[in-house]
Amino acid sequence: MVEETAAAIPAQRGGIVRRLHTIAARTAAEAVLVPLGALVVSLLLFGLFIAFAGVNPLAAYGYMAKGSVGSWFSVQNTLTRAAPLILTGLCTALPAQVGLMIIGGEGAFVIGGLFAAMAGVALLDASPLVAFLAMAAAGIAAGGTWVAFAGALRHWRGVNETISSLLLNYIAIAILNQLVEGPFRDPHSLNKPSSPSIGYDHMIGTIPGTEIHWGLVIGIVVCVLAYVLIRHTTIGFAARVTGGNLRAARMVGLPIGKLVMLTCFLGGAAAGLAGMIEIAAVQERASADLVTGYGYTGILVAFLARHNPLALIPVAVLLGGIGASGGLLQRHLGLPDAATVVLQGIIFVAILASEAVYGRIPWFKGAEASA
Amino acid sequence: MATGGISRRRLLNGVTAVGAGTLLAAALPSRRAAAADLVVGFIYVGPHDDFGYNQAHAQGAVAVKKMSGVKVLEEENVPEDVAVAKTMESMIQQDGATLLFPTSFGYFDPYILRAAPKFEKVRFEHAGGLWTPKDPKNIGSYFGYIFEAQHVNGIVAGHTSKSGKLGFVAAKPIPQVLQNINAFTLGARLINPQATTQVIFTGDWSMPVKEAEATNSLIDRGVDVVTMHVDSPKVVVQTAAKRGASICGYHCSQAALAPEAYLTGAEWNWTDLYPKLVTMWMKGEAIPNFYRGAFKEGLIRQSPYGPKVSDEARKRADEVKAALTAGAYVIFKGPLKDNTGKVAVEAGQELIQSNATDTNLEAMNFLVEGVLGSLPA
Repeated sequence: MVEETAAAIPAQRGGIVRRLHTIAARTAAEAVLVPLGALVVSLLLFGLFIAFAGVNPLAAYGYMAKGSVGSWFSVQNTLTRAAPLILTGLCTALPAQVGLMIIGGEGAFVIGGLFAAMAGVALLDASPLVAFLAMAAAGIAAGGTWVAFAGALRHWRGVNETISSLLLNYIAIAILNQLVEGPFRDPHSLNKPSSPSIGYDHMIGTIPGTEIHWGLVIGIVVCVLAYVLIRHTTIGFAARVTGGNLRAARMVGLPIGKLVMLTCFLGGAAAGLAGMIEIAAVQERASADLVTGYGYTGILVAFLARHNPLALIPVAVLLGGIGASGGLLQRHLGLPDAATVVLQGIIFVAILASEAVYGRIPWFKGAEASA
Repeated sequence: MATGGISRRRLLNGVTAVGAGTLLAAALPSRRAAAADLVVGFIYVGPHDDFGYNQAHAQGAVAVKKMSGVKVLEEENVPEDVAVAKTMESMIQQDGATLLFPTSFGYFDPYILRAAPKFEKVRFEHAGGLWTPKDPKNIGSYFGYIFEAQHVNGIVAGHTSKSGKLGFVAAKPIPQVLQNINAFTLGARLINPQATTQVIFTGDWSMPVKEAEATNSLIDRGVDVVTMHVDSPKVVVQTAAKRGASICGYHCSQAALAPEAYLTGAEWNWTDLYPKLVTMWMKGEAIPNFYRGAFKEGLIRQSPYGPKVSDEARKRADEVKAALTAGAYVIFKGPLKDNTGKVAVEAGQELIQSNATDTNLEAMNFLVEGVLGSLPA
């Protein structure tokens, strides 16, 4: 008896470990395969939609593949479009950790870009590195402060953060227009009111061998840092506890106000940094064109990534690819520009609906794993 | 489980087959496009059927489509950011376009200016950009002084208005818009020296809700003829017609939206220019880098008069139009006062189109006497 038990325990332990591994692997597989399945379903639905519009879905899929990944040009097109979305996605994903629903990425992007442009114009004579750092700092501080307003209103005044962050977008755009058409206007920008240039020499270039600007790399690094913060630090853990159960977080004495302000600031800072990159890598000067809509697409990115900072990267690339392929659909199949918006909408709904699938497919639970 | 495996494999096979099919489908049209035809790309900042700025360009594209040996590509709703840079490159690299018409003003700097040196064999034809001799030579900038047609609008409006109160819904207080407001007002005051133009700036090129509010508020103040300078005049036209006011159109004809209330309109004439430019490019002729004009050069035109326009108004408007076409009429001719009482154009001075370096029109920064409204300090 004794011998038997002693022999059995290690064997059983091995089994449990193996089984845990399998469960972990299958949970991971679930996290990847369910959204992928939703994506496939969306593409099929989209095919159905365009078939009704009288267009051959296979041709559409072909052009989408060609436009997004079909050539080196297409890949660069996709990645360039993905770059700002990675960062604006964080503006929704980070505050979501503490249970806040922030949709103020557009405002943070605009205000970040505007302040970065101001810093850039003020430092025309500085070295490129100093100008870059100052512009980045200005963008981060301005964007972060902007969304922190919404966090502060929520925490201290009980104002719904979704509404306040949305309204802050309009205020940011109004400030931008007021400044670039007034005090911050370059008098030479006659028919397109714009700020002075930050100086072509001070623009951040492209990754060597590509036409993709450095914003992509910056975005990926920031996402990895955000992932580490959320998943591997006590602050991140506290934030997730707050998001999971506010009352429990209060009971154990977590500093909820600080967590709200921190995640809002960091989220806004990411979007503000994206605005700075838009100025420093693409637009060169601030104008009404800074209102790109990247902030709103970022909300979609964050939800599709289920607010996981690492998952933002592939999702942003996916949306970048859809954007990159939209042109070919218009030009060759006569589909309206709205077709890509429809596809984005279908994907959004499909991914949200797929939430219901989690935990309901036995295989992912590893039910027969020990067999 | 076993059957599950097979069906998955079958699914995979199916996916591969579909994938191969799509690659084939994708390859076919591009091969066809490569066959000797000149590929011309048109890029619009808004919808191509907006009854406005973009539709005027799209009508030009339709005229080009009718030419033989030309394949036309169109992309709409392309914002003035990295999207337009990528659309231009995609048209060039993936579809073999060698002549591009990126039509929005904001595409010029920096996107066209940066793309042109990279694709030296491609011609970039841009509407409105201020090309200077230091800019790349493969860029052409064309535009029409459409305020001449707004002046004719003003004459018709001055004749038609009973209250002498005219309304102008404008996007931004920039020179091109101010030219239109001033030329319209000067036209109306030729007929009725007491006429005033109340202007409302909406703040941006496409603000449908504000445009409707502005139109309503103008009419509430007694305005009975409305005109505009926004990207899509559709909302202003429909709102004004519903309220019983008359309309002078802009960009392209909006007569179809309000057949009774539409008086006339200032239209771009890209349907004439674009086929000409395409032909020049096909024949290898030199296209001017900076090209401006108005009635005389056929870059703009007037919408046919609507039923409400009196014979007297038609006669007077036609006379002025004929004089403008002959080059014998200057609209901004001193002495002109602005609406704060200061001298805007000295006696004997004329603001006229001339050449690339003379941009006194393009820098206009005043509202002429008779305009109710103000510019930001």
